[in-house]
Amino acid sequence: MLSAFAVLIDGLVYAAYLFIVAIGLTLIFGVMKILNVAHGSFYTFGAYGAASAVGIYFNRGLPEAGGYLLMVLFAMGLGLVLGLILERGIMRWVYGRDEVVMVLVTYAAFLILEDVVILVWGPGSYAAYQPLLAAGNIEIGELVLSNYDLGLIAIATVLAAACYWGLKFTRYGRLLTAVIFDRETAAAFGINVKVVFAVTFAIGAMLGALGGAIMAPKIAVTLGIGVEVIVLAFAVVAIGGMGSIEGALAGALIVGICRAATVHLIPQVELFVIYAVMALVLTIRPYGLFVRAKPRKI
Amino acid sequence: MVWSDRIAAGSAFLAAVIAGFVLPDWMISLATIAFANGLVVLGLIVMWRAGLVSFGQALYYCMGGYAVALIGRWGGVTDALLLVLLGGLSAAGVAFVVGFLLARYREIFFAMLSLALSMILYGLLVKTESLGSTDGLNVTAPTFLGYAPHQEELLVALYFLVLVVCATAALLISAYFRSLAGALAIPVRDNELRVEFMGMSVSRLIHTKLVISGLLAGTGGALVALAIGHVDPNMSYWTTSGEFVFITILAGAGSVGAAFIGSLAFESVRSFAFTMLPQLWQMLLGSVLLLTILFLPQGLGSLIQRLHWGRKAKAP
Repeated sequence: MLSAFAVLIDGLVYAAYLFIVAIGLTLIFGVMKILNVAHGSFYTFGAYGAASAVGIYFNRGLPEAGGYLLMVLFAMGLGLVLGLILERGIMRWVYGRDEVVMVLVTYAAFLILEDVVILVWGPGSYAAYQPLLAAGNIEIGELVLSNYDLGLIAIATVLAAACYWGLKFTRYGRLLTAVIFDRETAAAFGINVKVVFAVTFAIGAMLGALGGAIMAPKIAVTLGIGVEVIVLAFAVVAIGGMGSIEGALAGALIVGICRAATVHLIPQVELFVIYAVMALVLTIRPYGLFVRAKPRKI
Repeated sequence: MVWSDRIAAGSAFLAAVIAGFVLPDWMISLATIAFANGLVVLGLIVMWRAGLVSFGQALYYCMGGYAVALIGRWGGVTDALLLVLLGGLSAAGVAFVVGFLLARYREIFFAMLSLALSMILYGLLVKTESLGSTDGLNVTAPTFLGYAPHQEELLVALYFLVLVVCATAALLISAYFRSLAGALAIPVRDNELRVEFMGMSVSRLIHTKLVISGLLAGTGGALVALAIGHVDPNMSYWTTSGEFVFITILAGAGSVGAAFIGSLAFESVRSFAFTMLPQLWQMLLGSVLLLTILFLPQGLGSLIQRLHWGRKAKAP
């Protein structure tokens, strides 16, 4: 029983992390039909930004709550700037080209940004464990859990609710839904698609950076962290269906629980269970759980 | 093939053979790796013509390499040609099996699903102690029909092996491009439903292309494994696939020769950049990729064509 509970909690924590990382990716794909490889860079910048913020703020005796806020705000600010630079500087020149070409453009951006990270923060690695320590632990039965991890689950839940509410009940969300449904018709009805694109890309970038920021205390912030994230986030998004928010949530939960179960039961297959699950889901539902196959054009 | 093309291809091959006798060792080993990787790029071009980009070619590349290492270790086979053949075939076998899944997908789904498959292999290799885990495996020195060279002779012998394999592949693939199945690639890219209305099975066509490109990538991986004498899981990592895609974009899918020239250019620039500016290597790659996509969508090969026809050639 204990291990089942542990699997559940571990799975939820991991799912929360995956959801936060994947939601930005799926949002950008849903609206702009761009599979954004540079999402990994947003994550990296978020993590490095948060690590810097933690380094500056903690150990000065200031109240800890401010540290969390600064960490997240700093990372998301970085994401915003980076997202706007990328969208205005590069992406807008390739709108309308093949989807594959746009993947390659974001891949190029990803490569460039990887080296920008080295130029800005140097090749060394950063530790930002203070927020994790400051949050403390809680005991449930015999299980010792970190409050930080539980906070992660809360953040992901709030984020999911906010997305749902934002898309369904706000003006911008409805405009966005119209653009997702049909870009040209939306433009014909007077929606400024260019602005929607820029805003969406910036929001996606901020979410990617947020993912990096909240993970920074749990990992060693070092080179190459973005590389793994992008593949992982893609797997999650593909399981749920590209461009679908519910899909990202479902994908994150499935992957999170599966991975936690294998870590506890058969740790040897941990690395590849995610992709195995993905391949399994895709053989049954080729375009993911929440997306229907498109009719082919003649 | 036009006569001028044949002469160009023949003289390029001759130049490569002569280079094997005169160039210093480090250049020969660079060219060996470059041409072997050119085979992988050629496989990507086969699919590119049908509008498919695979971000997981490293799967077959790594498969070919590991097949050579394992067959050499467990089966005791040392003959280079046999090893390369077995490496290519085992990768083609993998491509055949995963093809049943992959041939249903197009565009980014195809790209990313193939990426995920290569990451499965990466995960398996990293976690399997008996296959060397992250350290990888050493490859025993190969023999050539009983001839067992060492050091410099081995280097040159491998270079010529790579040349022969590449020339054969180039001839076969250009014959394939002229065949019906090869020529149908462009209609498939433009509108596959119409191709099906003509009575062809698109998924079978794409499946065939997958197996061909898997065979080429596996052969390339096998040759690289012999040339380096070592294989490790990074051969299957997605950044490896990314580099192959990069070379394909840079070279353009215009001709078979572009794959090898592009690969040679890439390896040369890499070895230069690694010594001169190691911190900026990826930035260099990214910038070149970006500029190529923005300003030369047909690849560097199209520059030559533009020179040929002056202003008549138009960007699409």
